[in-house]
Amino acid sequence: MAYEIVIGLEVHVELKTESKLCCGCSTKFNAEVNTLVCPVCLGLPGALPVLNKKAVELSIITGLALNCEIAEHCQFDRKQYFYPDLPKGYQLTQFYHPIGREGWLEVNLAGKNRKIGIPRIHLEEEAGRSYHAGKGIIDAEYSLLDYNRSSIPLLEIVTAPELHSPQEAKKFMECLKTTLEYIDVSDCKMAEGSLRCDANISVRHRGDLQLGKRVEIKNMNSFRALEAALEDEAKRQVSLLQQGTPLQREESRAWVEEKGRTLFMRFKEEPHEYRYFPDPDLLPIEIADHWIQDLRSQLPELPQIKRQRYLREYELPAYDGELLSSSKQMADFFELAVQAYDGEPKKVSNWILGELARLINLEKIEFGQVKVTPGALAQLLTLLDQKVINGKIAKMVFEETFYTGKKPEAIVAEKDLEQVSDPKVIKEIVARTIAAHPLPVRDYLRGKKKALGFLVGQVMAETKGKANPEMVRDLLDEELSFLSRS
Amino acid sequence: MDVARMNLFDLRRVLDAGEISAVELTSLFLDRITQLNPELNAFITVTGEEALHSAKEADTRLASGEGITPLTGIPIAVKDNICTKGVRTTCGSKLLENYLPVYDATVVTKLKKAGAVLIGKTNLDEFAMGSSTEDSGYGLTLNPWDRQRVAGGSSGGSAAAVAAGMAPLALGSDTGGSIRQPSAFCGILGLKPTYGRVSRLGLVPYAPSLDQIGSMARRVRDLIILDHYISTYDPLDSTSLPEPPPEIGDFPRKLPGLRIGLPKEYFEEDLKPQIKERVHTVAQVLEKEGCVLVELSLPSLQYAVATYYILAWAEASSSMARYDGVRYGYRATGEQDVLNMMMETRKQGFGAEVKRRILMGTCFLTEGYYEDYYRKAQRIRALIKKDFEMAFTKCDLLLTPTTTVTAFKIGENFTDSLILTPTERCTVAANLTGIPGLSFPCGLIEGLPVGAQLMAPAGQEGILFQVASFCESVGVMPEKEAINGL
Repeated sequence: MAYEIVIGLEVHVELKTESKLCCGCSTKFNAEVNTLVCPVCLGLPGALPVLNKKAVELSIITGLALNCEIAEHCQFDRKQYFYPDLPKGYQLTQFYHPIGREGWLEVNLAGKNRKIGIPRIHLEEEAGRSYHAGKGIIDAEYSLLDYNRSSIPLLEIVTAPELHSPQEAKKFMECLKTTLEYIDVSDCKMAEGSLRCDANISVRHRGDLQLGKRVEIKNMNSFRALEAALEDEAKRQVSLLQQGTPLQREESRAWVEEKGRTLFMRFKEEPHEYRYFPDPDLLPIEIADHWIQDLRSQLPELPQIKRQRYLREYELPAYDGELLSSSKQMADFFELAVQAYDGEPKKVSNWILGELARLINLEKIEFGQVKVTPGALAQLLTLLDQKVINGKIAKMVFEETFYTGKKPEAIVAEKDLEQVSDPKVIKEIVARTIAAHPLPVRDYLRGKKKALGFLVGQVMAETKGKANPEMVRDLLDEELSFLSRS
Repeated sequence: MDVARMNLFDLRRVLDAGEISAVELTSLFLDRITQLNPELNAFITVTGEEALHSAKEADTRLASGEGITPLTGIPIAVKDNICTKGVRTTCGSKLLENYLPVYDATVVTKLKKAGAVLIGKTNLDEFAMGSSTEDSGYGLTLNPWDRQRVAGGSSGGSAAAVAAGMAPLALGSDTGGSIRQPSAFCGILGLKPTYGRVSRLGLVPYAPSLDQIGSMARRVRDLIILDHYISTYDPLDSTSLPEPPPEIGDFPRKLPGLRIGLPKEYFEEDLKPQIKERVHTVAQVLEKEGCVLVELSLPSLQYAVATYYILAWAEASSSMARYDGVRYGYRATGEQDVLNMMMETRKQGFGAEVKRRILMGTCFLTEGYYEDYYRKAQRIRALIKKDFEMAFTKCDLLLTPTTTVTAFKIGENFTDSLILTPTERCTVAANLTGIPGLSFPCGLIEGLPVGAQLMAPAGQEGILFQVASFCESVGVMPEKEAINGL
């Protein structure tokens, strides 16, 4: 029997603002505990919030990038619950009037572009952080609280239940992260918690109209974890269905990385009673049309659009277009290199996705830390095109550029790497090589064509790899056929 | 020198003439507090040391002749729900018995800047929830006119302090009448300013959409001056009004021709006949001066008290959420986990009336009741606002009684707040609509003061001052002050 997996995501993004949502405290990561606090974010009696305009702007920008309708007013509600890391006893959030509604993000899933619905995005404040002495919250002897994070602006992005596999969920998150990076609204670092994601997943028989009971999965700290957790949970739910004992109650489960499993946390019984009501301390702020237009005009070209343009303008294959546009820094690098280079854009793409990506992976660095400039890559490609260097040398030069930041031209000059294309010089070496290796020559003459490779390698070695390999091959061939005739 | 009986103008004169130093003046008031406060219990905390220190600074200012304002060297009492840096601010609650704010309320900063001397923190119903100052964690405040009777509330401490000459001026806060009602009961003047005219930063909230800090004094001119020095646009209070308050003495209108509205709903059966008579006398005096009396109706007023309770208590339930024992204030000990610690803290820390309002307010915000209570009350609030706007097309200001009764005997007030307390009937509309309301004494009944209330459109405190000033000049205010008996 076929099963259908239904997944919806709840994404929390810490917005990239200098100060918190309602006070002037810094949002710096990893500062000493309880040093970035004030009466407002500690919820001291009588303290009042003042809304951070930048946070509202970043929310609107995100809303626009995710094709949302932007609310006419920015207003906040109090979500009330008791927890030690929540200093006011309520969280400011946008329950009744989310800043963005009815948006979507286009994602390439299984070779097809699909619009995944984003019913709402809303702005809210971050809570503080608890540290439990001992193993966990239950048996902790005591707990300590850090309010540095309290009231950092957080944007919640909710997707419709329109993702149908763990891979799709992962792909969506990658695409969302790329978009958020493009518009520069968040650091998007899952390890630092500036990008977080909870997933709701249910499984049903294909064709069923009603959704199955859903499970919420928390505590996934990477895209890989998201995928693995959903795999695990989907498997569990399918097997429950197969046994004829489908889930009866909605529950929350936590992904436990070390075990590679999701573990039961609690049942989600009654919907939580949060007693939302409009915050009387922050009056609604009008989001005027011209403000939206202004922010819209500042939006950069978004990845989906960029990808399509690459295919059209640079005639790149879809695969290249998608990979290049998946990172704004890589896309910018690509475009600058293409501008500086007279040859085919595809060659630029090959080097970025090939050598450059290989070295980045090898060194485990970020694209932003790369020392190679787009100009340097263009220079290298030009040297190749002009046959000043051969392909093998080019890789060597590129590697040096990668590690030192030196310009390819300088490296070639400094190390005397210019290709040897003088037929007289090569002919001489070819003759010497043939004389020095009678056995391979005999093999070749007896029809073992493979032996030619060995001889080419010997000539190349003699020239420290600088000889024009085509010329070497041609001259060797010429010389050997002469021998065979004689 | 009998400073207790002197008004601000006279105090200013003797200070400026050097007949008395600010330190001596402060000492005299401190002596009077020492003499009267043990019985009246108007102050929770007397800040003798700090007061003498600021008086000394005021003397330096007076000697240098620089930076002198009408308030330099003048002692002022501050309600104990207004934050004072380093001076405990209890809000009348045992829960905050040792709470030391780390910052000054904006009004306190303004007064300090003007050179005023903060002489002590006055008693109130716990967290300003009450109308008799009997519900304080620090004992009840007696009415200086009759010690068998309450001072009113919740700013009863401030009212008693000013009426008994323990301070010439005081600050109170008014959410449903908490400045005007005790002012009426104690025979002084009290102003609930336009919502947003005085910064709420540092006022410990009861119901933020209704709360407003205001001035209390024995003379109109004194009231005007204190009001002037605390009124300000405060960018740190998002509900603060950007318009600057009018200049002192900038009376906008002439009395003749001024239309004075007498809304019939304020003069119905439950109003004590003698109070009705007193207020009518004021109306006649004004008519004689050329004012036009306009009889009108405010039909939605009958819902005002219920609306007030729903909104105020709903907001209160949220305002009180932060007192969980985690960060400051009282913490219950001996509990095994944090949730029980929080519950026990609140159970032990809050008084009965506060608990009652939290419970009721929580109920009004609970799903299922939210629409029927909170949302409906919001709609009625808008209706009442409209009614008042209509009324102000027919008249320039309203004249009503401040209370339907005079100060009642201790224990006589139904502390069961489910029975609508009549004392708030006349005052809540000004809070619901955000308009200014001023109570001034207009005579005595059986030795107890009676208050008349003036209300004007938002921002028009000037008209209120002008009319009150006239009434004072023609002697409608009591011929005998409480001080005389003490």
